[in-house]
Amino acid sequence: MTQRIILRGVRPLGGESADVVVADGVIHQIATPGSVAVADGDRVFELTGQVLLPGLVDLHTHLREPGREDAETVRTGSAAAALGGFTAVHAMANTDPVADTAGVVEQVLRLGQEAGYVDVFPVGAVTVGLGGEQLAELGAMADSAARVRVFSDDGKCVDDALLMRRALEYVKAFDGVIAQHAQEPRLTSGAQMNEGAVSAVLGLRGWPAVAEESIIARDTLLTAHVGSRLHVCHVSTAGSVDLIRRAKDRGIDVTAEVTPHHLLLTDETARSYDPIYKVNPPLRTERDVLAVREGLADGTLDIVATDHAPHTSEDKDCEWDVAAFGMLGLPTALSVVIDTMVRPGLLDWAGVAERLSAAPARIGRLADHGRPLAVGELANLTVVDPDATWTVDPWDFPGPSRNSPYRGMQLPGVVTTTLLRGRPTVVEGQLQW
Amino acid sequence: MISHLLSAADLDHDDAVLVLDTAAEMATLSDRSVKKLPALRGKTVVNLFFEDSTRTRISFEAAAKRLSADVINFSAKGSSVSKGETLKDTALTLQAMGADAVVIRHGASGAPHRLAEAGWIDGAVINAGDGTHEHPTQALLDAYTIRRHLRGGEGDLSGLRVTVVGDVLHSRVARSNVHLLDTLGAKVTLVAPPTLLPVGVEEWPVTVSYSLDDPLPESDAVMMLRVQRERMNAAFFPSAREYSRRYGLDQKRMDMLPEHAIVMHPGPMIRGMEIADGVADHDRSVIVEQVANGVSVRMAVLYLLVGGAREPRPAELVGEAGL
Repeated sequence: MTQRIILRGVRPLGGESADVVVADGVIHQIATPGSVAVADGDRVFELTGQVLLPGLVDLHTHLREPGREDAETVRTGSAAAALGGFTAVHAMANTDPVADTAGVVEQVLRLGQEAGYVDVFPVGAVTVGLGGEQLAELGAMADSAARVRVFSDDGKCVDDALLMRRALEYVKAFDGVIAQHAQEPRLTSGAQMNEGAVSAVLGLRGWPAVAEESIIARDTLLTAHVGSRLHVCHVSTAGSVDLIRRAKDRGIDVTAEVTPHHLLLTDETARSYDPIYKVNPPLRTERDVLAVREGLADGTLDIVATDHAPHTSEDKDCEWDVAAFGMLGLPTALSVVIDTMVRPGLLDWAGVAERLSAAPARIGRLADHGRPLAVGELANLTVVDPDATWTVDPWDFPGPSRNSPYRGMQLPGVVTTTLLRGRPTVVEGQLQW
Repeated sequence: MISHLLSAADLDHDDAVLVLDTAAEMATLSDRSVKKLPALRGKTVVNLFFEDSTRTRISFEAAAKRLSADVINFSAKGSSVSKGETLKDTALTLQAMGADAVVIRHGASGAPHRLAEAGWIDGAVINAGDGTHEHPTQALLDAYTIRRHLRGGEGDLSGLRVTVVGDVLHSRVARSNVHLLDTLGAKVTLVAPPTLLPVGVEEWPVTVSYSLDDPLPESDAVMMLRVQRERMNAAFFPSAREYSRRYGLDQKRMDMLPEHAIVMHPGPMIRGMEIADGVADHDRSVIVEQVANGVSVRMAVLYLLVGGAREPRPAELVGEAGL
């Protein structure tokens, strides 16, 4: 047996306190507090009152490697993930070169294994070079060592209806899912921010809600028609929540995600013209924020996914029009969910485990993540101190990018401990090795 | 008084009237043989133009020079978006040169905000037109012109009815005018095809009309906006001819205006498109006068932002100089 780790006094899913013993990479024992005898060589973490969750799983992360190592690498992004309480992330395909072949996805897989902070699951591109014209070799990526199940042209929409239909049909052969970035391109040419009262005043070109909703409506109908599986990335509007709710009511196999920033921030932030708030899809209105919170609470939106999108300061410290879209999300995701969902009573800790771990693992068809907190299960675990608060300072993050919209904000919930298959990646909030 | 002029909404009622009153004092200069005040002697004003705009640049240059400022013209067309210097580097350069005021024209909405608020420079930032956002000194000169003709050059614009016609969606002039005219108490009607009005316009303090004929008999001033022919290709309207027929100001529509009403245009005009030749040259057209008023208004803005309250009032300076 390897060294035992005793998580003393934790509350599994926010329930009764327990001492949780981890050994040989699995949960070995869940006992009443104080009942576990400490043996020589045991490592004891005093975590009284803190909440034990299954390790978080992100279905939507941009790790930027290969191609933009100046913004993030698999290593730094994995470290940020571990610090945020994650044990698995899905690395989006819009790298350079694009992850549209078995070779690239296997490279990303290998880089993730070498970093070792979290399990990195590469997402495969739907079309060659994200070009939207020809299907990438989805089967080869599925059969590769990376075992790709999630396919996405994220950053771009698969807007061609026929190509989307074919992709949805084709991935049925290996139980894959198409994760769609829903954005009608003609309605959003040159778009900069949510189209509405604020964009009208600011003179920034609008990104209308209907550009997202029309694609979701089409794709849910296509999914029903071919009997496949659709995942909708970063749902941002009240209308989208409504469409997905109705599609689910009809039995269509659709899942959906919301980002932390769409749970918290609105388009009012654009009044600063600070591109730190420029993101795609854009921050919407208060009404939309309330709708996605409600959708996440009732399960219409299955998961929270970060859309962690690192950018260098050159790409952000400039005029809004020329700035890149995207914001950091991994280190702050759980805190934003606690702030917007747990504290207001919209989601309990079991709900957090479902939306940030179990459900994304199911969508990604991950066997080893998002499992119940039970004896014998792999010890992919996160411990969060729900009562502690912290002030976000992007200079504390491991990667080279600083584009966090939460900088300077005080957020609730500090991730103190993360275990990956029983090995501590974060202890007392500090990255290990 | 505010420290930057980024939006016409930065000006409250008293500030706006103060700018117009100061501009009126500045205007008395142009009647004198020596058109110069020492107010900004030793100050440096940079005209930072990322877009071509000879008219606006010359107007600011004349204004700064009449106040005895040192003027540096920095034409940086295209350099922010292309591979050249970034806005940030340009700003740091200007900071190193000790610019007391930066007059910026930029193709990106909000670029003046970034310049003023990103911590790159200390000087006053004056927005000379940013993207499709705002052009506050144009609105000030428009208000000044309206006040001179319809309010005897004093006070505000309470109760006046101003009709703004054209491509509101892409117009920085329209946005600034809506803010300022509302602040000064005027009633604004926007006239445009629905495609050229922004989503969200319903929250503006204006009345919207899709017909030009309806508001004309009730208008004290009509402001025509430029409509770029390229908009036609992006399906905002079917043809230039149809636009002109429905939204152009021709002689027939001119005759629908009250006797006292004035016609304005921020320039450059497309004669025959949004405004008929005869209307542009009509004796109730104040388009050329708008240009002259632009210098006075920009002198006032520079004086109030850069000269500051420490300086003597312009009237005193005029007296001292023995003009």
